[in-house]
Amino acid sequence: MPDMIDLQHVNKWYGQYHALNDVTNQVKKGEVVVVCGPSGSGKSTMIRTLNRLEPIQGGRIFVNGEDIHAVGRDINVLRAGIGFVFQQFNLFPHLSARENVMLSPLKVAGMTKAEASELAAGLLEKVGLGHRIDSMPAQLSGGQQQRVAIARALAQKSPLILFDEPTSALDPEMVGEVLSVMKQLAAEGMTMVVVTHEMGFAQEVADRIWFMDAGQILEDSLPAEFFSNPQHPRARKFLSDVLEPRGAATLPY
Amino acid sequence: MDFQLSFLLSADVLPLLFKGMATTVRLFACAWVLGMLVALLLVGLRAVPWRWLDWLVAVFVEYHRNVPTVVQIMVWYFGMPEILPRDIKLWINRGDTEFLFAMIALALNASAFFAEDIRSGMRTVPHTQLEAARSIGLSAFGALWHVILPQALRISVPPLINRALILFKDTSLAMAIGVVEMTYQTKAIENLTFRSMEVFVAATLFYLVASLVLMALGAWFNQRFPPAHKG
Amino acid sequence: MLDILHEYGLMFLVGTWPVGPLGGFANTLVLAGLGLGLGLSFPLAMLLALARTGSIRWLKMLATVWVYTFRGIPLVMVVFWAYFLLPVMIDTTVPAFATALAAIVVYESAFLAEIVRAGLDGLPKGQMEAARSIGLSYAQAMKSVILPQALLNIIPSLVSQFVSTIKATSIVYIIGVQEITFSAQQINSIEMTRALSVFLVLAAFYFVACLELSQFARWLEARIRARQLRPA
Repeated sequence: MPDMIDLQHVNKWYGQYHALNDVTNQVKKGEVVVVCGPSGSGKSTMIRTLNRLEPIQGGRIFVNGEDIHAVGRDINVLRAGIGFVFQQFNLFPHLSARENVMLSPLKVAGMTKAEASELAAGLLEKVGLGHRIDSMPAQLSGGQQQRVAIARALAQKSPLILFDEPTSALDPEMVGEVLSVMKQLAAEGMTMVVVTHEMGFAQEVADRIWFMDAGQILEDSLPAEFFSNPQHPRARKFLSDVLEPRGAATLPY
Repeated sequence: MDFQLSFLLSADVLPLLFKGMATTVRLFACAWVLGMLVALLLVGLRAVPWRWLDWLVAVFVEYHRNVPTVVQIMVWYFGMPEILPRDIKLWINRGDTEFLFAMIALALNASAFFAEDIRSGMRTVPHTQLEAARSIGLSAFGALWHVILPQALRISVPPLINRALILFKDTSLAMAIGVVEMTYQTKAIENLTFRSMEVFVAATLFYLVASLVLMALGAWFNQRFPPAHKG
Repeated sequence: MLDILHEYGLMFLVGTWPVGPLGGFANTLVLAGLGLGLGLSFPLAMLLALARTGSIRWLKMLATVWVYTFRGIPLVMVVFWAYFLLPVMIDTTVPAFATALAAIVVYESAFLAEIVRAGLDGLPKGQMEAARSIGLSYAQAMKSVILPQALLNIIPSLVSQFVSTIKATSIVYIIGVQEITFSAQQINSIEMTRALSVFLVLAAFYFVACLELSQFARWLEARIRARQLRPA
């Protein structure tokens, strides 16, 4: 299968700090890749370079065959083909759920109001919010807001959605509703890159797991391998911290 | 329009400019000190649990916030002598009457804003901070010095510096009653020599440089003492 | 005080109008209203704020110099400059009102720009990122997402700035603009011995108008904040 994402020797610095260190890897069409790693490992930075929210200083990134960081490319057109779901939802608070979803189809895809409205209604139904279609973001719970954000990304009709820690800002009881929408998308064949600490989701849904630390992808393996027999010592340490959080409560003295 | 720097530096003009600048700075400094003293008094008065006193302070503050500064100066200069006792009036008239009334009006005006800035800083420190400070064994003074003031000043000082900037610019309004400060002097030199460009540039630069110093002070404070994080 | 108000109330309100030009407090409000909004100062302030938050370096610098300059000099100096420069620039005499208006527009544009900028900076960074990541251009994101929120949030500050502008206009009587402080000066020169009453009446006009507007601004602020804090 052709590659949906192709990262070639991607390098990024914040001043002296080497945030991404020669990252090279591919995501195939229809694949679900879960990216995990300790905080500060560069996983959020990496996913944000995929739609050029962050510039890179070296290497190239192709999404669907298009060079995302090429000078002179119309980045708005490229971004319209890439869904992005944020940790903090980032819904537009002055617009209703429906209007949030309608914005890109109206302004970028050039749909009529009626078409965009119908599309939005269908997508909100799909994420289980058919009954809250005209609610304002402030009236929705965190889980509901994140589902609207997913519907907003789906409205771009892109074959790829990037998720940057989509459940980290949620109260625990709302994590499930968001993950189940994401599982549904994965089952429908959506290509997804998901930065998350939800190891259960990774085990169940991911085709591959990338483990990142210090700006590098240290491990790229199947979930079964990764969870049963992680290769890299830092991956082993990470897994034991995440899966047995009680250990972290032990004081060092 | 030719610009002659030598005109500004001539022996006729330079001393006049310096006199104007000196008066502006003196007016600013006196009004700032008096204004700060009155502001502290106002803050203290507001802590007294008498309703009518609280109300009185509120009226004082609102008057000075909602009436143009130049009108406040006029009330003092043109109006107050009508109700002052004769002896006091004579005593005032022996000195620099214009300067004195402008200074009082500017100081009272600034004090109303100073007092609000100080109060809003004190309000941002929750009462639990005092309790926490006392519970670790600090004295009342120690709690104030080490815990309350560092937090309150971070909030109060930036608007106080901004208010000082406004006070500095407001000294120009004293020209309305004939105080020979920089703005008055600018107009006077212009009327005398008709060299508007030179004298306006000089005056503008004077105000601008002084204001930039105050703004830089504010920026430095913000960077050195960033407000404590909420949460 | 009441006798002054009774005798000269109309002069405080409208100057010598309808015999002469509109003056008094009416003219103060006209001057402040034109100076702050209605297509003059506000569009200029928007451009300055966009330049200051944008990424084009020379525009950013130009806007910053503009803002700092006008924040750093007294309005009286700006009025002097306008009085001196405007006739030279357009090579004809300029009425006092237009001179004062020009000075107030450029002066207020700097303060308004800072208000607009605070509104733009006050929004979470994620709003622009989200708008851009659904494919909107910078201009589309500004128009559909950023400005509608930022402008709503700054409405109370705009009302407060209108209060400041009303107060600031009180100095333009020095070039002969017939607003309310000018009226008071005239009345004072007629009356001679009742200066305190005359100027207290003058103060009262400003006080009532500005206090009402300030309270309106506070009310707006509370309402907008309540909207934002609506239960999630």
